[in-house]
Amino acid sequence: MKLLRRIFPHPHMTLLLTLVWMLLANSLSLNSLIFGLFLGVVIPFVTQPYWPDQPKLRNWLMVIEYILVVLYDIVVANIVVARIILFKRDQDRQPAWVCVPLDLRTPEAITVLAGTITMTPGTVTADLSAEGHNLLVHCLDASDPDAVRDEIKQRYERRLKEIFE
Amino acid sequence: METAFEALIAFFLIVSGIFGFVGSFGLLKLRDAMSRLHAPTKATTLGVGGVLLASIFHSIAIEHHLSLHELLITLFLFLTAPVTAHFIAKAHIHMSETPETLPGAEQDGIWATHDVPVVEKTEGDKDSTA
Repeated sequence: MKLLRRIFPHPHMTLLLTLVWMLLANSLSLNSLIFGLFLGVVIPFVTQPYWPDQPKLRNWLMVIEYILVVLYDIVVANIVVARIILFKRDQDRQPAWVCVPLDLRTPEAITVLAGTITMTPGTVTADLSAEGHNLLVHCLDASDPDAVRDEIKQRYERRLKEIFE
Repeated sequence: METAFEALIAFFLIVSGIFGFVGSFGLLKLRDAMSRLHAPTKATTLGVGGVLLASIFHSIAIEHHLSLHELLITLFLFLTAPVTAHFIAKAHIHMSETPETLPGAEQDGIWATHDVPVVEKTEGDKDSTA
């Protein structure tokens, strides 16, 4: 078991890399499957020393739910931002910085959260605080910055906490 | 059937064209650097996404084979767009924000970009930051 763990440090990564390789090759042949598996075994094995504390994903259903929620929000985000850009007079827009205190501690979870914030309605992650306890978020148009902060915490951070911690 | 698919493909192409245009227009219209960052990170996602969906439908309906390359492009786009935006935002904070113009970072006191040891600038540094 320990040996298996050493050879396959990230079993999910092996699957993911194989899948990505097969998509890249754009074919379902045995050829690309075998080479994909080869890459999927070698890459995690070689990069293992550089990623010591890998997070454990707890709940795969939650991962799927999270992806769907984010995809939906990206579509909404595009329409909201397009409306602001096209129809709102630039003087009426109220850009604002918002500080989002983090409950998450896993670096990978914070990365996902920051990426999600950037892709969703009118917000861009700009910076992390010095000790990693807060995210600095820029809002395109926020009349109520507190509401933005609460929504990020409610909608994304709560789900990520269940997935990663 | 073919016509229906062609209409669908055309619809996605038009949607992506509109959002691509809005993203570029936002770059021109918005007044400050941080706001301009919003336009390309978001409006363009749906712009590119629309082209990719149209491409998938085209290969299924017209060329009669399944092509899923496009999903990878979407995946890579979702990975790279936030990273690029973050880099640009950090550069902006370095150049035109001070700890006073940003909201406080609560218990940490300072944002990571400003958390650098102060070094006397030499002539060479001045050239590179100008």
